[in-house]
Amino acid sequence: MKPPAFEYHDPRSVDEAVALMARLDDARVLAGGQSMMPMLNMRFVLPGHLIDLGQIKALNHIDAHADRLSIGAMTRQRDLEYSPLVRAHCPLLTEAIQWVGHRQTRNRGTFGGSLCQLDPAAELPAVCAALDATLTVASVRGERSVAFADFPAGYMTPSIEPDELLTRIELPHWPVGHGYGFVEFARRHGDYAVVLAAALLSVDAAGRITRASVTLGGIGPAPVRVTGVEQALVGQIASGALFRETTEACRSLDAMEDIHAPASYRQQLAVVMARRALDAALARAHPAR
Amino acid sequence: MDASTDNTTRRRIALTVNGRTVEAEVEVRHTLADFLRHQLELTGTHLGCEHGVCGACTVLVDGRSTRGCLMLAVQANGCTVTTVEGLAAADGTLHPLQQAFKDHHGLQCGFCTPGMLTTLVELLADNPQPDEHEVRVAISGNLCRCTGYQAIVDATLAAARAMQAPGAAQRPVEAPVLPAARAAR
Repeated sequence: MKPPAFEYHDPRSVDEAVALMARLDDARVLAGGQSMMPMLNMRFVLPGHLIDLGQIKALNHIDAHADRLSIGAMTRQRDLEYSPLVRAHCPLLTEAIQWVGHRQTRNRGTFGGSLCQLDPAAELPAVCAALDATLTVASVRGERSVAFADFPAGYMTPSIEPDELLTRIELPHWPVGHGYGFVEFARRHGDYAVVLAAALLSVDAAGRITRASVTLGGIGPAPVRVTGVEQALVGQIASGALFRETTEACRSLDAMEDIHAPASYRQQLAVVMARRALDAALARAHPAR
Repeated sequence: MDASTDNTTRRRIALTVNGRTVEAEVEVRHTLADFLRHQLELTGTHLGCEHGVCGACTVLVDGRSTRGCLMLAVQANGCTVTTVEGLAAADGTLHPLQQAFKDHHGLQCGFCTPGMLTTLVELLADNPQPDEHEVRVAISGNLCRCTGYQAIVDATLAAARAMQAPGAAQRPVEAPVLPAARAAR
């Protein structure tokens, strides 16, 4: 239960980091270490080189632009939790982060680390799916943008090359007055969810839904946007009854099965979590003035 | 120590541990918890699971509760670390939280206690008057198999009251850097 021998590198800039990633064979990146360190301790991974991003100050920032938040990949989860900018522009993220691990792991864990770990039931990938986040990845070949929808290549596998580094996450603002809800079912607070749901709603003065986003985690290998439910909601007058009716569709999603829960149980939870997230979002939504 | 030791497998680090400046050479693969226990002989930091589940190895790094098994010693270079040994006053007077644990039977075997104390010191610095739910959430990442948590929660709430009482000794331990200050740095 001790990390294996490796060579340690602590680059000071993204350029230095991607140069190391291009040059070194068998290198792994260390972000906040709250998943990588357990894997090292248990020797599930035995990298020849460990590239610690902790000294790259340019990867630690939260900036608000007119249309989006721009967040550095090494921003600690704890800093997201306490950020007034995040609370003001992206309250869904503030709410979701309360479910991420524990106080001690949020103090070290990072936004980008969680996205690249890409656990199917993790909160931060679900938030990025819900918000249609855009990710920036860097390598010695330059930068490129990846829509979050294209980021998961499969179970716990981001669609980036071994020498590419996630550097920035951009979260588009939802209109002022939008409602948000994030709920999850886990056996213990701080554990990965069995199933989680994130919902965003905009409503007009008549209570009609003008825009909806419904995301489930813990169902498939990556977070799922339930577009069928979203389409069924838009144009309707928002109500608990509408949500009860439309979220039934979540029962027919393909759900994974593992030691924690059978597929049928996850499908049941998907219906309930989606409904609760929408109820929470509606309670917070008010028409833009 | 010559410069050749500063390579990719061994590093010299300098940090503050319980108010004392420490310089040491570490193997880069060693965790902070092992460094504290084996090199500094501060064995108050306990190691239970060594993969971030039990919380026993929690220490404060720059005022933030951190799992000592999920951080490399080399990453603590330049940091201020407080372990359970650093909570009591120099004359041995217990921290109000330690005193409350003693008074309320907040420990039995004592294995989880260092992690509980360091986690809750941070909570009380962030939130001096937590309610019961907030205390329970704060220690959701710390396993205790003796107390059923009830006595730990009682002790924490009692410590919060004691620390708020008029005339209470104000001895914050490495108060966490507040969010505003964090954003600025």
